[in-house]
Amino acid sequence: MTKQTQAAVKKPTAVDENADVAIEITGMNKWFGDFHVLRDIDLKVMKGERIVIAGPSGSGKSTLIRCINRLEEHQQGHIIVDGTELTSDIKKIDEVRREVGMVFQHFNLFPHLSILENCTLAPIWVRGVPKAEAEETAMHYLERVKIPEQALKYPGQLSGGQQQRVAIARSLCMNPQIMLFDEPTSALDPEMIKEVLDVMVSLAEDGMTMLVVTHEMGFARQVANQVVFMDQGQIVEQNNPEDFFNNPQHARTKEFLSQILH
Amino acid sequence: MAKKYLAYIRKEIVPEQPAPIASKGIVGWARQNLFSSISNTIMTLAGMAFLLWILPPLYNFIFGNAVWPGEGVTVEDCRAKGAGACWAYIDSRMTFFIYGFFPKDAYWVTQEGFIASIMTYWRVNAVFAVGTLLLVPLMWPGLPHKVLNAILFFVVYPVFVFFMLTGGVFGLEEVPTIKWGGLTVTLIIGLVGIVVSLPLGIVLALGRQSKMPIVKGMSIMFIEVWRAVPLITVLFMASVMLPLFMPVGMTIDKLLRALVGVSLFSAAYMAEVVRGGLQALPKGQFEAAASLGLNYWKSMSFIILPQALKHVIPGIVNSFIALFKDTSLVAIVGIFDLLRAVQISNLNLDWGSKNQAITGYIFAAVVFWAFCFSMSRYSIMMEKRLDTGHRN
Repeated sequence: MTKQTQAAVKKPTAVDENADVAIEITGMNKWFGDFHVLRDIDLKVMKGERIVIAGPSGSGKSTLIRCINRLEEHQQGHIIVDGTELTSDIKKIDEVRREVGMVFQHFNLFPHLSILENCTLAPIWVRGVPKAEAEETAMHYLERVKIPEQALKYPGQLSGGQQQRVAIARSLCMNPQIMLFDEPTSALDPEMIKEVLDVMVSLAEDGMTMLVVTHEMGFARQVANQVVFMDQGQIVEQNNPEDFFNNPQHARTKEFLSQILH
Repeated sequence: MAKKYLAYIRKEIVPEQPAPIASKGIVGWARQNLFSSISNTIMTLAGMAFLLWILPPLYNFIFGNAVWPGEGVTVEDCRAKGAGACWAYIDSRMTFFIYGFFPKDAYWVTQEGFIASIMTYWRVNAVFAVGTLLLVPLMWPGLPHKVLNAILFFVVYPVFVFFMLTGGVFGLEEVPTIKWGGLTVTLIIGLVGIVVSLPLGIVLALGRQSKMPIVKGMSIMFIEVWRAVPLITVLFMASVMLPLFMPVGMTIDKLLRALVGVSLFSAAYMAEVVRGGLQALPKGQFEAAASLGLNYWKSMSFIILPQALKHVIPGIVNSFIALFKDTSLVAIVGIFDLLRAVQISNLNLDWGSKNQAITGYIFAAVVFWAFCFSMSRYSIMMEKRLDTGHRN
């Protein structure tokens, strides 16, 4: 992120102390076969919080946020999202997924549907919104991510940055309470990263609860109100961005930051 | 001494120029494709020589020396020395090839003229006409009322065909299926097989990927058993063994047994084709659908299957074509399909001549080819139409 945009964007307001809990994870453990991928995770996210999860690859960051909408199943502990505990109950899972939007590293737009259809499919078939209304909402969010003119094209005709912005709009069309971002800029050309980050910054300004797995430390400094650092499947350090970047405590955090900040 | 700089800055843009003449047009094409190297030139000349050797006699047999139907053309013309294909024979047996032993309409058979010739088999012809009227708009992309059209074709039309052909109601003479024959039966078996095997194959493919062990186990068992048995065996079992297990006096129509056998057999193949398409989809598509709150059936019908089926259109149509040609195997259990009708006619001494059988088989081959080639072209058209410029 450039200096210029940092100056232009105001820091989102601090989170209300009395806000409701959006996500509560307690004593959560997960294994892939015999591999203990997430160990004893405790994380509480209040409504309106913006949490950036950082860490080396293989540290379990992506797996952690994929557990929150049950794309991955945890084996121990509790995950409560917006008052609903995730169990093997399919109805509960669908309930949570309706309220939690997710943006993927590889966009995962539906290539056989137009941009507009990508955005209206879930509202129409999951929420039962009438088609005209769903299209209106979709156009509203496509305008918000600044690509309304692409509505009738197909994903294959768009650049990576445009596709990722459509993916964000597609999630927003479901009017989610929480947004999960799984390395949203890692598959983008350097020139396109900014347009996606700008959209995410404006979402944060609007008070969206966000969990973002990213290597964009500029974004973390500017937008996050908490940074969670993970290594080997555990949360190693968790702090506000200023202290996290300027005064890291754990040895592993210091090492990581020295590698990525020059 | 002046210092040399490594820096280079372009001053003007090079304008676009036309491609050299030698790489364009017929000459360019021939150079690139026919005579690009010594070995390629030899192959080209050898290929041309082969065509010169094979094409003229083939042309003479099928067209030049062929005996065409017409006034005063008799079997003697076909028996003449040097006569080619005996198309007059095909013409005289055409109704048998199309309708088999289906009874003629008692009134119209006594009349003369083109309309009478259509009306003689008006029940079968009505089935053909209605089927074409429903199928063409269904397959024509962009025409409206597809849902209504599909209901008419897949639900109403089979009922119509059943009553029209079997009769016994509305004053129609009852016709047992044993009297159906020729192209009519070939089309019925082919179409029923296609219409039943695709949805059944999709269900089996989804079942095979299911997380529920019983559903998965049953699907795998069904697919592996049917795939591992030759179609001829299936048909023999259906026509010879099945009656042994039936209560005394109860029979299932022979054609129906063949229909079920062919459909289930093709469904097993179809399931594996569809499974290939499902596996080719990136995991992200399933995850994106799930993360939007779409449940299993919704994500399958809106996201996964449309893409998976599109990927395997060539495989699906390949199965359809194989199925359509395999319908000729029902002949061995005594059902009169097109090929069997031709075979029987070839023994008919009224047209007994040297080229009678060859002509009959060429005719059968051309009919099968026409149907299969249309399916192939249609599939290519659909592939192009459904291509949204995305390659996974």
